[in-house]
Amino acid sequence: MAIDPRAKIEVEGLRLAYGHREAIRGVSFDVQANEILGIIGPAQSGKTSLLRCLNRTIDFVAGAHVTGTIRVDGEDVRRVRDVFDLRRRIGMVAPLPVGLPMSIYDNVAFAPRCAGITSRGELDGRVERCLRQAALWDEVKDRLGSLGTKLSGGQQQRLTIARALSHEPEILCLDEFSIAIDPVTTMRIEDVLRELKREVTIILVTNLTQQARRLADRTMFLMAGELVEIGPNAVVFSDAPAQRKTYEYISGLFG
Amino acid sequence: MIREPITAPGPGRRHRRSFWSLLGEQAVEAAIRLSGISAIVFVLAIFFFIFREAAPVLFSEQFDPIEFLFSVQWYPTSAVDVRYGTLALTAGTAGVTLLAMALAVPFGLGAAIFVSEFCGPRVKETLKVVIELLAAIPSVVWGFVALTVLSRLMVEYTSAPVGVNMLNGGIILALMSVPIIVSIGEDALRAVPDSYREAAVAMGATRWQLVFRVLLPAARHGLLAAVLLGVGRAVGETMAVLMATGHAVHVPHGILDSVRTLTANIAAELGEAPAGSEHYRILFLTGIQLFAITFAVNLAADLVVRGTRRR
Repeated sequence: MAIDPRAKIEVEGLRLAYGHREAIRGVSFDVQANEILGIIGPAQSGKTSLLRCLNRTIDFVAGAHVTGTIRVDGEDVRRVRDVFDLRRRIGMVAPLPVGLPMSIYDNVAFAPRCAGITSRGELDGRVERCLRQAALWDEVKDRLGSLGTKLSGGQQQRLTIARALSHEPEILCLDEFSIAIDPVTTMRIEDVLRELKREVTIILVTNLTQQARRLADRTMFLMAGELVEIGPNAVVFSDAPAQRKTYEYISGLFG
Repeated sequence: MIREPITAPGPGRRHRRSFWSLLGEQAVEAAIRLSGISAIVFVLAIFFFIFREAAPVLFSEQFDPIEFLFSVQWYPTSAVDVRYGTLALTAGTAGVTLLAMALAVPFGLGAAIFVSEFCGPRVKETLKVVIELLAAIPSVVWGFVALTVLSRLMVEYTSAPVGVNMLNGGIILALMSVPIIVSIGEDALRAVPDSYREAAVAMGATRWQLVFRVLLPAARHGLLAAVLLGVGRAVGETMAVLMATGHAVHVPHGILDSVRTLTANIAAELGEAPAGSEHYRILFLTGIQLFAITFAVNLAADLVVRGTRRR
């Protein structure tokens, strides 16, 4: 596949091994700026590992060995000088909500503060904007000072989305964000993501193939660490995708 | 092997636990309950027996509680004028403990953070073994180190007239408390879920930002417990301070003064005081005083923890 020179993220021959177990076996693709790329695939297909390679939190996993390159805006992520800045450019939403043990306000203001923003007014504005974007503002605006961990599961998940947006990332990665959220809220957040697409590039890892179909511009199908197919939704979700496996997975014949 | 077919537990085929299995469970429950209650009973019993030894003097007419608590004159064996003022002893205990904590808390917590967050797995294992070894050294050995090594250094490098003084005792107590603070503090930091670390790091937090903004607040109760156990060790330690502090009844004016602590005083004098004498009973009363001090420290810490929890 030709690599578009203007692509936001370019992945080339990415391999990842945990000890002797290969989690990603040579994957190449690119993500265009301002698109939503859906990533689907059964468990253990390397979806989450891929995201961890992207923001280099894979560095903390003992025994993980990465080869190949990932470039963000043409810059190799493993050669960046300021890895903390790289991580701030990438918002990450984990599958299970992790409210840090601090107030709702502090949860959202955490990343801006780490980046060195101390102005109260600017923090206030960011916190409100991010909570609104995550469809949580109306529910928590009167108790910003209470503990983030006391929110319900769905609210905590939206808090993590607000947090992922708080450092104004260029890339937003969502790893099965809707596991803990009810369908109505999920739809509201999906609307938000469609809005956000104008400003950021979104990678959406999901177990719900229908969510990828609804939301993504292009979808990538990973299986056992190998890229089976990547293409526009119109092709991947059609009756005749390039690979038979893709059709079988999406139509529920296996997986 | 033939597998039994899996069937739904119908009314006739329900598995019933045997009489013995039920009885066994009740026996285990009773045993656990008993050991829980015994812990409370033992503490109360200790308090009761100390109090019983001290009570006659506490309710006698010559006893002056103001003098006992606030006088610096401790002359228990004087032939002319017997005085039982413990202020100098309390000041000694407080001074040595504060000095020890001023040294041990930063080093202990710093080491706990280093072991749990910054060093590699091999260094970590080595350090933990060394720290456990340090905790296993008997206090009389520490006292010996204080007498032979530290006191010589004191005389050589400070203006102290004698080598056994408050600074010496404080350093020795700090060395004894650090292993406790490190191991409990490290446990508290390790108990912080890794998901917190991942979340903070994914938002671009550096190691220091992770430690100061996430880990320390999340582990603060455990870290406070670590410091408190260190304080407890320092307040209660007897043999090492007896050997290290110089054993002079004296309200210290500087850290190079010799002092005597409540614990060392009991250890040194109880053997010589005739059983049942006033001196003997007063020594038990200082035991109650120690009890009250540690209780107050624990209570204060508990209130602090509750206060932060409510916020």
